[in-house]
Amino acid sequence: MTEATTEMYVLHVNGETREVRDAAPGESLLFVLRERLGLMGAKGACEQGECGSCSVLVDESLVCSCLVLAASAVGRRIVTVEGIAPPGAPTDVQQAFVDAGAVQCGFCTPGLVMATHSLLERVAEPTELEIREELSGNICRCTGYGRIIDAVQRVAVARRGGGA
Amino acid sequence: MSVLVPTSLDAARDALSANPSATVLAGGTDLMVEVNERRREVVDVIAVDRVAELRAWSHDPVSRTLTIGAAVTWSEIEDAPFLAWVPSLAQAARTVGSPQIRHAGTIGGNLGTCSPAGDGLPPLSALEAVVHLTGPGGERSLPFAEFMTGPKRNARAAGELITAVTVPVLRGPQGYAKVGVRNAMVIATAGVALVCDADAGGVRLALGSVGPVILRCPEAEAIVAAEADFAAGRLAEPALRAAAEAARAAARPIDDHRSTAAYRRHAVGVLTARLLRRAFPHD
Amino acid sequence: MTATTVTAGTVRGGLGQSVVRPDGTAKVQGSFQFSSDYTADDALWGATLRSPHPFARIVRLDVSAALRVPGVAAVITAADVPGVPTYGLISQDQPVFASDVVRFVGEPVAAVAADHPATCRQALQAIVVEYEVLEPLTDPERAVDGSVPPIHPDGNVIRHQRIVRGDQTIEGPVTVEGTYELGRQDQAFLGLEAALAVPDHDGGGVELVVATQWLHEDQKQIAACLALPAEKVRLALGGVGGAFGAREDISLQVHTCLLALRTGRPVRIAYDRHESFLGHVHRHPCTVWMRHHADHDGRIRRIEARFVFDGGAYASTSSAVLINGITHTQGPYACENATVDGWAVRTNNLPSGAMRGFGVVQACFAHESQMDKLAAACGLEPLEVRLRNAMHTGDRLITGQVVENVAPVERIIHEVAALPLPDEPVGGHDGDILRLPGGVGRTTDAAHVRRGIGYAVSIKNLMYSEGFDDYSTARVRLVDGTVHVKFATVEVGQGFVTLAQQIARTELGIEDVVLDRIDTGVGSAGSTSASRQTWMSGGAVLGACRLVRDRLLALVADREGMDAAALTIDGAEIVDSGGLLRIPVAVAAAGVDIDETFEHHHPATEDLDELGQGNCHTAFAFCAHRAVVDVDTELGLVKVVQIATSQDVGRVLNPLSVLGQVEGGIAQGLGLAVMEELLQDGGIVKNPTFTDYLLPTFLDMPPVVVSLVEEPEPHSPLGAKGVGEPPTISSTPAVVAAIRDAVGRELPRVPVRPADICL
Repeated sequence: MTEATTEMYVLHVNGETREVRDAAPGESLLFVLRERLGLMGAKGACEQGECGSCSVLVDESLVCSCLVLAASAVGRRIVTVEGIAPPGAPTDVQQAFVDAGAVQCGFCTPGLVMATHSLLERVAEPTELEIREELSGNICRCTGYGRIIDAVQRVAVARRGGGA
Repeated sequence: MSVLVPTSLDAARDALSANPSATVLAGGTDLMVEVNERRREVVDVIAVDRVAELRAWSHDPVSRTLTIGAAVTWSEIEDAPFLAWVPSLAQAARTVGSPQIRHAGTIGGNLGTCSPAGDGLPPLSALEAVVHLTGPGGERSLPFAEFMTGPKRNARAAGELITAVTVPVLRGPQGYAKVGVRNAMVIATAGVALVCDADAGGVRLALGSVGPVILRCPEAEAIVAAEADFAAGRLAEPALRAAAEAARAAARPIDDHRSTAAYRRHAVGVLTARLLRRAFPHD
Repeated sequence: MTATTVTAGTVRGGLGQSVVRPDGTAKVQGSFQFSSDYTADDALWGATLRSPHPFARIVRLDVSAALRVPGVAAVITAADVPGVPTYGLISQDQPVFASDVVRFVGEPVAAVAADHPATCRQALQAIVVEYEVLEPLTDPERAVDGSVPPIHPDGNVIRHQRIVRGDQTIEGPVTVEGTYELGRQDQAFLGLEAALAVPDHDGGGVELVVATQWLHEDQKQIAACLALPAEKVRLALGGVGGAFGAREDISLQVHTCLLALRTGRPVRIAYDRHESFLGHVHRHPCTVWMRHHADHDGRIRRIEARFVFDGGAYASTSSAVLINGITHTQGPYACENATVDGWAVRTNNLPSGAMRGFGVVQACFAHESQMDKLAAACGLEPLEVRLRNAMHTGDRLITGQVVENVAPVERIIHEVAALPLPDEPVGGHDGDILRLPGGVGRTTDAAHVRRGIGYAVSIKNLMYSEGFDDYSTARVRLVDGTVHVKFATVEVGQGFVTLAQQIARTELGIEDVVLDRIDTGVGSAGSTSASRQTWMSGGAVLGACRLVRDRLLALVADREGMDAAALTIDGAEIVDSGGLLRIPVAVAAAGVDIDETFEHHHPATEDLDELGQGNCHTAFAFCAHRAVVDVDTELGLVKVVQIATSQDVGRVLNPLSVLGQVEGGIAQGLGLAVMEELLQDGGIVKNPTFTDYLLPTFLDMPPVVVSLVEEPEPHSPLGAKGVGEPPTISSTPAVVAAIRDAVGRELPRVPVRPADICL
């Protein structure tokens, strides 16, 4: 059995071991990532699991980091948007979001990028309906979703080795 | 504050016995909303999402039952093999929150929260599920109807842990239908679960979001049981209508910011009729 | 859609191309800094105490216990505001903190700064406020009829304006009328209100990093409240996670600065979603009565209308929203005679203000509902009655103003009608439940569904109105072959940063365009609202680039011994009309340092007179929508299957950006049509969360089919019209018209609820 106390616990984030000290009770993983570990990529917009902006991978499962009690994530492998590609070298999904016009204000984007990576890991060539259902936990207020679907489809086609 | 993360049921039970006031954390999708909104303070937490026994499920072909560990997630339940064994529960699983919520949220958490709008509960009610608990006084099992005692209230005692739920694998059609104002990620305005037991010639209907607890509809069930031809998949239109009307009458809905009592009652009638029509496609 | 071909010699990334965002990579990698991502060493957290009552007198306010909470650095109230105690965009009627009376649920009463958000919450709980609860004014009609004593010293009527034009005696022969209602829509940007204030070392000033829509207006209002000169309040734009009107008003700006100045330490405030719902203005709830008098052939003879906009507790932009609403009564249709009465009133509901569409959403829902009734009354198809009445350039509006802009109303109607309809039957060919109303809820089978088709057309004013000079400023420097562009134009996601680079590239023939930080270190850009920045700030960047270009050409002419008038920039090269010279701009610009600033102003507009007459608007754009919906008539569930749109855009400067505005705007219009409403009951807010304030998801938003009509607008610096608001305006009535077509009910209120359809 693992025990974490708010005085000190350890999280495994993006392949690194990170100590969290003097946390307050009840801090979510989202809060700890942003405010204690300086990883600002996950965004908070509802803190109810109703927008997906804070999506991260925990043991390869896409979850809302606002609904993960940070101290309960000890021993799990946490991957945030900062952990999927080095600065300036975006993944194919990230580049497709830029190229397809899937980004406007960009606040939902890190969460959607994580959700898209997770989807394409499990389903290499999702149908449009599968894309819509799999990403339906990620709210975007700017784009109306059309360009995001285009971005996901572009990646699926490119990974298959398809050209135009 | 401390957070314990046991990996075995013994360890979890011992931890909870030692600290009965500790908060049991499953997927976090209900609890953390309350924490984030400052409606709940957590001090000592026992996170049960890595307890091996709770993460497991088993199918017993002899007794034709399925026992699902409390920490099995909705995303597991929405797909095969659950879809074949307990289709109403799997269909309900697919309507729980968002994909992210379904990856984290568990069947045990749904039972622990016991919201009348919990999507997993109408199928569990209609399946006449048995809820298994363990605690300082040993193990006990309760029928769902005795487990849920009110809105967000249940029979779990302090120091007790929900370990699993057992449901029958039945022959016969099942379904769950849920009304919300959005086409995804929405709290049920009204939900209906239908479970047929073709071997016993019985039908069970359970209603969510239209009462303080999940409501069964004995009158409607009796009408269908008396009139339906399970082998032929036949239920005459007048009987179907009478059953839907009885379900409507069984609802005890309220007005709130999500909908009105009148609409909820109406929706229960419509959904019941449609579920019955899908189950008995022949007039 | 039109795509501009890139010809040889054209500079890469110029106008007309689908250039990608310069901030795109940072945004997809999570390194782009939104205002909530700014922090500083030693920063404190701030938090705000808000009124739980819609209307109450503050009897006692005691902060002493809060000050004793360990970790608390400051507690401030109205008594700590050194300057003007109130603020506001048009009239300064809203207190920084309530001192004697609170007028809406969520009105700020005090603020604290402490070492952790949890400490802030403890401190807020320790503040003692005793209220004498008063009877709230929540029915706007009671403000109109004057039956309730004033709830604010400025009175309960924020503005009343009539429009009286032409023959007031015309009646019929065909008349149609209706009373239409719109619920309170929230902008629901995802990036919540957040700011970081850093005090100057000498305590004599402050720097604020904030997500806003108009840096200079914020600066002016904050400085007045802080009793500091404007230059002592420096604003820089923190990344803006969407705006849609909700950031035009001050929210946490003054509080954050005050706490920083009081504590001498950096202070961050970040709202949560609940607080955000209370902490910014919303779209005005509105009731519109309209009666159209027409000939039997459907031609409109006179319109009567009455608008009541619920302004909520404080004025914000209500008076301008009112004018926008009533001056768009006729929609994109010719009409000689009108009788319009409009009110914007004060209530103890949440304050209302700017949201995408700004008053025209309300007018359009009413006039388009009326046009369908008129079509039915005259036995015409919905599009035919619209075509017969379509407005043209040169027509006179009910304000007497002549429409001088391109007005391709007939063309957009024809084009939207010609766009392909969905080729799938109800439920699709595969019968997937996701294609049906109710989706994974498995409520609906194809047999329960009726399909409907509806149309709506809109006119929207661009830029500010009624004599306001909402100019924009840009500074362009050409330094050793690199272009540096500086402006205070707020980027909210719409893509002005992309456009600014495109303009500079095309005008100067240089690909390397660097954008400076967006802050108050240059003149005002006006607000990122009213679909105005492409026209106004685009005009400013264009003007500054042309000044730089002229000086560069003069330099080259001097160097080469040629006449500057003979030189132009062609693509990436400087050429002369005689064909002797052809040198790359980059070569010519080596070692050069040119610095120019330009202000773009639009032509002056006028106030309306007592009869609502005057040239009050700057310019207009037009848009048409067609919606196809599948409705489960028995359960009242709706699945929007497709939206088609034809939009008058002037000129497409970036196809991808325009498409993004069109699709995104439609999603917000769809939201208002079928799900979005912030509910208040007796002034209490019922659903201030994303669990209960529902936004369209991937499964609610259908594919969009787009036809962009390019008829360059001669009055616009780049030939382009603003494209942000029109998609939101007529999409709502189009969706509702489609639902009506499916179910045959009047449906006079949005959002349309399931019970409205089936009970």
